[in-house]
Amino acid sequence: MSDTIQELYGRKGRNITDHDAQEITRVEELAYDLKISDVMTRDIKTLSPSDTMRSVVDLLRQNRISGAPVMDGDSLVGVISQEDLMRALADHDREALISKYMSSNVITVKSYEPVIKALETFARSRVGRLPVVDEKNNLVGMITKGDITRGVLTAIRRDYQEEEIRRYRASHLFEDIISDRTSLILRYKIKQGDFVNGGQASSHIKRALLRLGAPPQLARQCGIAVYEAEMNLIIHSTNGGVLRVQVEPHRILMQTSDDGPGIPDVKQALTPGWSTASSLAQSMGFGAGMGLVNIQRCVDKMDLDSTPGKGTKLLMEIHLRPDEKFKAPPGASETPSV
Amino acid sequence: MKLSEIIHHAKGTVLNPSILINDYEIIGGCGSDLMSDVLAAVKPGAVLLTGLCNPQVVRTAQMADVRAIIFLRGKQPSTEIVALATQENIPLISSDMGMFELCGRLYKAGLHSYESNWIGFHE
Repeated sequence: MSDTIQELYGRKGRNITDHDAQEITRVEELAYDLKISDVMTRDIKTLSPSDTMRSVVDLLRQNRISGAPVMDGDSLVGVISQEDLMRALADHDREALISKYMSSNVITVKSYEPVIKALETFARSRVGRLPVVDEKNNLVGMITKGDITRGVLTAIRRDYQEEEIRRYRASHLFEDIISDRTSLILRYKIKQGDFVNGGQASSHIKRALLRLGAPPQLARQCGIAVYEAEMNLIIHSTNGGVLRVQVEPHRILMQTSDDGPGIPDVKQALTPGWSTASSLAQSMGFGAGMGLVNIQRCVDKMDLDSTPGKGTKLLMEIHLRPDEKFKAPPGASETPSV
Repeated sequence: MKLSEIIHHAKGTVLNPSILINDYEIIGGCGSDLMSDVLAAVKPGAVLLTGLCNPQVVRTAQMADVRAIIFLRGKQPSTEIVALATQENIPLISSDMGMFELCGRLYKAGLHSYESNWIGFHE
């Protein structure tokens, strides 16, 4: 088993302190998602209370670990660590039994609990390693702060790789599927008045375009246009509406439709600054009469068709320029290894 | 200008320190409470100064590739807003300064306007 990060750092005199463990914020989310069993060391070396402290020296040195659980038959009776060993060495008491120096007040964590539980226990108990037990209280592993650091780093790397793989796969969609005309259609239902989730559909659309390998500038333009259109559905429609995006290798067609109330004067609606938005919409930073004007600036072609009492259809079209095309992101020319 | 310098000028507090931001390079600035104005004018890579404090600020930033948001006059976004920004990897900063003062300070420190004057995307 290779060294844990903590053990590597430990030798350089740098360690993760209890204060750090309480303050770590980047790992917070993962600390709740990851289970202790995901990050713990399973390959555990155990000692017996009747072994001598000399055998502790050998075990720690050979396995390059900083502590080990002490088992009396099947039951966990203590933990012996480097610190305990140093006390024994200071006393010139290498032949003493482990039972004399081990911590017998054993704090354990459960394998199925989230990592945050172990972090809290570390911060509270000031120990460096915790035995991990299963539902039946059987010892199944050991966990150190180093294991947690490594587990979290691995999880972060995995997240990153998953996104890379998604991008790789999606970006080949238009190349791998052969037809006379390939298009991908995305549909989203937008709720009237839902300011809290407003922009979520647009957020998904922008991400989808980036995964498909769209140039970032193009994804941004589409993102801004659909976001304004999505907010228009939230602000103005009677019953919400539908946002539909059709992605093709040479163009992107975005469309919103609703069933009312409709716009009495389309020309007026297109005037910069003209607004009929509620004060609620305005308090959200919208409804300044710039939405449709913004959309027009982002797209090559915009069509607004509305009948009062029936509904509104907004069509937005962006053509990819000759130098713009969907392509795999740099570095994704080969399938990333998992 | 590095985001850490901007935070220093703003005497700001980072609200989602879990995002590693010290070396974020900010190319320009934009100040507005109107999200449509931001969407219309901001160039990618800017810091956004705003007095508005709701989830749409983060969505706007995400759509327009804004790199960081500064909430002015000590406004504190809700935990939902902070979570959304963290998910989208957008640093949120709270500053006690007002719009005019912070825009002025950052401009004087060499951060230029990143608001285009009605130049469309397809020029």
